[in-house]
Amino acid sequence: MVGLNEYLILSAILFSIGVVGVIRRKNLLMLFFATEIMLNAANIAFAAISSYHNDLTGQMFAFFIVAVAASEVAVGLGLLILIYKKYGTLDLDNFTVLKG
Amino acid sequence: METLVYTALFAPLVSSLFAALFGMTPKRQFVGIVTSLLLFVSFVSSALLLDYVMEFGSIHVTMMDWIVAGDMSVPFGFNVDQVTAVMMTVVTLVSTVVHIYSNGYMEHDKGFNRFFSYLSAFVFSMMVLVMSDNFLGLFIGWEGVGVCSWLLIGFWYHKEDVGRDVNPSISPAWAANEAFIMNRIADLGMLVGIFLIYWNIGSLQYDVVFSHLDGLSHGMLVAIGIFLFIGAMGKSAQFPLHTWLADAMEGPTPVSALIHAATMVTAGVYLVIRANPLYDMIPEVGYFIAALGTFVAIFAASMALVNRDLKRIIAYSTLSQLGYMFAAAGLGAYWVALFHLAAHAFFKALLFLGAGNVMHAMHDELDIFKMGGLKKIMGWTYAYMGVASLALAGIWPLAGFYSKDTILEVAFNEHTYGIWFILWLTAGLTAFYSFRLVFLTFWSDSRYKEFGFHPHEVQKYVLWAMAPLAILAVVFGWYKDSFMEFVTRTLPLYEMSEHTHHMVGVLIAVTTLVAVGGIVVAYLMYSRRLKRNEKIEKSLPYRVLSNQYYIPIFYEKAFSKPYAELSDIAWKEIDMQVVDATVDGIAHLVEESGDGARGMQTGNLSDYLKWMAFGVIALAVLAVFVAMKS
Repeated sequence: MVGLNEYLILSAILFSIGVVGVIRRKNLLMLFFATEIMLNAANIAFAAISSYHNDLTGQMFAFFIVAVAASEVAVGLGLLILIYKKYGTLDLDNFTVLKG
Repeated sequence: METLVYTALFAPLVSSLFAALFGMTPKRQFVGIVTSLLLFVSFVSSALLLDYVMEFGSIHVTMMDWIVAGDMSVPFGFNVDQVTAVMMTVVTLVSTVVHIYSNGYMEHDKGFNRFFSYLSAFVFSMMVLVMSDNFLGLFIGWEGVGVCSWLLIGFWYHKEDVGRDVNPSISPAWAANEAFIMNRIADLGMLVGIFLIYWNIGSLQYDVVFSHLDGLSHGMLVAIGIFLFIGAMGKSAQFPLHTWLADAMEGPTPVSALIHAATMVTAGVYLVIRANPLYDMIPEVGYFIAALGTFVAIFAASMALVNRDLKRIIAYSTLSQLGYMFAAAGLGAYWVALFHLAAHAFFKALLFLGAGNVMHAMHDELDIFKMGGLKKIMGWTYAYMGVASLALAGIWPLAGFYSKDTILEVAFNEHTYGIWFILWLTAGLTAFYSFRLVFLTFWSDSRYKEFGFHPHEVQKYVLWAMAPLAILAVVFGWYKDSFMEFVTRTLPLYEMSEHTHHMVGVLIAVTTLVAVGGIVVAYLMYSRRLKRNEKIEKSLPYRVLSNQYYIPIFYEKAFSKPYAELSDIAWKEIDMQVVDATVDGIAHLVEESGDGARGMQTGNLSDYLKWMAFGVIALAVLAVFVAMKS
């Protein structure tokens, strides 16, 4: 039987993978993937807890997150394409305009 | 009647503000004319008020509430009683004359408009001072005249500082600051006195305060009396706060006539007269005032004996006459003090304005040793100054004879023969130095020719403007009895004893004798030509006197220098090392931590994300900790 704990562990593992991805990756596209992974880790946790408590609020929230993630990707990818067109690369180390 | 009160009070203010509109512009003749007219309006109102008060008694008006805080209530109220009416008339009359006179005197000055603005502002402050019905209003006027005095002494502020041996007053700016600072010291005393009054009585209105004095302990009354008198000492330049008055002669001469002879310096005497119910209850303080006044009278007269500076001689004589006034007020003869105050205002203002004419003619030369023989050229000025000097010396039948003689009678009547003797001696000295000045300036040989001066008499209207003062210097004394009857409706009557009545004739005779004696000595010594005696001028007493008893130098060594050094230490050690260092330290801390933290701003998103993740983890750990604790 797969219980709440297993779902939460899976969620935690996925979230950690996302965090590491955000920190380590240098490619902007990969950063996006990593954030998506983190969002979905949260979704899993929401859905699991919601099901466990027989409360639909969590699942509703998960849908909102999916919607937000979709719109974020739509805007974000558009920006990525513009950046690529302008600089010809998506490597983060090349964008240090704000260096103090 | 209210309208008259407000007209008398506010016409000078309007005049000042009007002149201020043109303060920065080149000379406009109409500024002088308009301000003089407004002052004349103020004078007419004051004279009408005097007439009204004479017939119907005092007027009290409350313009508005001024300070209402808790149980303290000070209204903007004005009280015109007999004393105030006399003061107002004297002040506005002299002011009007001085305003008209200044049109001629300041003719070629760059700051013509500015000068009239200051002068009228002074008159307004002086009116507030004498008209206020409470101590706080008096104090505001008191400070107002102080500020105007500062502005006017330092009117030619652009002059450079020079050494004490060249000019004893160093520079107008220096003299102005000296006057202002010395008055601040005294004003602190006065403020303490006012605080004590409020503390003990809970009101500052004259009538309330004076009717509640009985409830106070004797020690408290003495304290209040002394503190108020300290204020009066500063404004009236009594020893040891006297040095500023002679230095104040750096201001334009009309200013010396108006402020440093006729009006402002008498404010201290006015305060003592106004507070007569208080000083009546503490005769020992009154005696101290009289003794100090007597000391100042002879002390200042002695310095005038050897001085060569036309204006400084008159300044010392002012100081000396203020001493007379304090002697009278201190001995309880308040109306006599007021009488001498008014008489002195007329003849001393006349004397100063005459000195201004001489200065004008001599191209601002003040050394009487370089003048002489001017009576042929400046007949009118000579006549004016002669009359004023006769009045000052106390020669019958001029104003000074009546007022000074009455003061001597009072001193005799009080059995304070020491005071009487010193004042009597001073009367002789006064006559001597006054006529030394007159003879050296107007008689004797025409020394000015050697120095290439081309003196000339001043404008006609200036001479006409001085006429009212000359007339009053002559006739004012004749109205002694009606003056006494008038002011003693407010002030306590002073009764001479039978014995004094018998002695009056003798007293008048000896006083006149010493005055005439002084004039004769001056005549013998100076009327032909100036004979300088090197030996006397080198002798110790002469040098002590001509250096003002070395008091200015002593003050500089004992107070100014150590104070400057103390300030230097406070600046370099305390301010720079502690206060500034703390402030700078905080700034450095912020700057350096910012500089250190700058390394974080790589501009690389990846690094920022790392920091963010680190922060989130730190917060999470903190949250876990908090959760575990609770």
